[in-house]
Amino acid sequence: MTDAAAHQPVLETRDLRMAFGGLVVFENLNFSLRRGERHAIIGPNGAGKTTFVSLVTGLLRPTGGDVLFNGAMITNASPQQRVKAGIARTFQINSLFKALNPLASLVIALAEREGRGGISLRSVARQKTLIEEASALLAKFGLADDALVTTETLPYGKQRLLEVALALALRPQLLLLDEPAAGLSTEQGHELFRQLAFLTADTTVLFIEHDMNLVFRYADRVSVFAAGALVVQDTPDRVRNHPRVREVYLGV
Amino acid sequence: MSSLTDPAAARLRGQQYFASVARFGPGEIIFWAALLAVFFVPDANLPLYGQIVIWGLFAMSLDLLLGYRGIPSMGHAAFFGIGAYTAGFLGKFGWTEPISGLVLASLVAGLVGWLTGRVIQRVSGIALLMVTLGLNLILYDIVHRQTELTGGDDGLQGIVIAPVLGLFRFDIYGRTAYLYALAVTFLLFLVARALVKSPFGLALLGARENPRRMITLGTPIERDVSTVFAIAAAMAGAAGALLTQTTQFVSPATLSFQRSADVLVILIVGGTGRLYGGFIGAIVFLLLRDWLAVLSPVYWYFWIGFLLVIVVAFFRRGIVPSVETLAQRLHWR
Repeated sequence: MTDAAAHQPVLETRDLRMAFGGLVVFENLNFSLRRGERHAIIGPNGAGKTTFVSLVTGLLRPTGGDVLFNGAMITNASPQQRVKAGIARTFQINSLFKALNPLASLVIALAEREGRGGISLRSVARQKTLIEEASALLAKFGLADDALVTTETLPYGKQRLLEVALALALRPQLLLLDEPAAGLSTEQGHELFRQLAFLTADTTVLFIEHDMNLVFRYADRVSVFAAGALVVQDTPDRVRNHPRVREVYLGV
Repeated sequence: MSSLTDPAAARLRGQQYFASVARFGPGEIIFWAALLAVFFVPDANLPLYGQIVIWGLFAMSLDLLLGYRGIPSMGHAAFFGIGAYTAGFLGKFGWTEPISGLVLASLVAGLVGWLTGRVIQRVSGIALLMVTLGLNLILYDIVHRQTELTGGDDGLQGIVIAPVLGLFRFDIYGRTAYLYALAVTFLLFLVARALVKSPFGLALLGARENPRRMITLGTPIERDVSTVFAIAAAMAGAAGALLTQTTQFVSPATLSFQRSADVLVILIVGGTGRLYGGFIGAIVFLLLRDWLAVLSPVYWYFWIGFLLVIVVAFFRRGIVPSVETLAQRLHWR
């Protein structure tokens, strides 16, 4: 990778505008993400955090402005094209394959990543490398014992881990996590973020999180959204002491 | 349980799991052996069993759509009828060789299915039922009105089908017809089975379970709709062609709404998402119809309705899944 590419933001939005009918969620949002950073988005409910993630992944289209990924315009790319380009996400509320087991769920993700999800008459059992990688991912998230259990019968915390494992299976360059620790115990939340810390520097992680302990401990930088605007974007320490942040978010 | 943390053991277990899913179980072997054994039973009503096999194949094709991909269709008889009429026209206008006729009929139905899939890939839920029903009704009306070409209500007459492989004539006892229908059905079953046990089959289940997640995994779930529609339609078309070739006759009933409703009943009674549900449903439905037709020829739909209510009330997910659950419970004891 050239120096210029290394310094280019992974993700950038230019004058992004989003409105649902008359309800304006953002106006002129300019956001940029450095390669390899762990970046947290915080902000009160209704600040547009999840909407932002959906605009980046293409589940929603902006009313105006542009989204750039590795310097290339992806504003009009389909969600699938963005996944192929290297953007993966998890959902705030688990979005899993309830009737399937975790192993099969991960094999679906891996087969798709490897372009082996197309029409075929060969049994999944023949896909040894995929099964191996899926098993390794499950083990990494402490789900090895649950590989063959129907997903909907798993405890919530484990389903939450599977949610993240599914996104990681795509080996994304940019991983978007929408409140990954929601519903997890403090211990589980820290365990999850420790797993993410093992990701290499070419994986950029953007996460929405309400637990300030997790945010200030694991984020390299923090963005504060409030009322449709990016209030501040800085290191955790500076954000914590920023007067406007204390005013709009921490309620001091 | 240290083996669980060992990656090699975990991989092996995963492989064993998928291998066990793909393996032919004793129940499956018994099922197909029993269908073959019917042929050797003296005085068996082979035309009836032939019908059962054909309806089973037809219902299995719908299972690919409904059970695996989660697409309900109220107009699946359209593809059955396209296959039936294509085979009929071929037989009537000189293409009498049955196997190539069946392949062609299946391809025509598959092509129409693919186009249908393209049309409906952005539709879901109730709208899907309406669109599939609408397409079925349109086709029925066309066939019904083009009396010069199709014979209208009287059906297509004068269909000639040559002996299978140039050796086995279609006899009046339905012996050749039964074995031919069973062989074709078994072959297509093997294809469907391999398909649903492949990564593509898993992706179909994924899209049934959670389309939004499939999109965020990068899967073109809309293209999958036209693919699976084409396959299901091709198999329904093959079932239709089998009916034409084994009876040397086609009527508009092959693509009537009644048939679309019947195949849905057969599949739901048997159970979706198992491939076997359609066959078990067909056995129950047709044997019952045959028996009731003797008992009370006019009111037999009353009893079919009754059966549907009973099955849905007591077996909720259909016969095959309920029996599976029961067998598992007994096994664990």
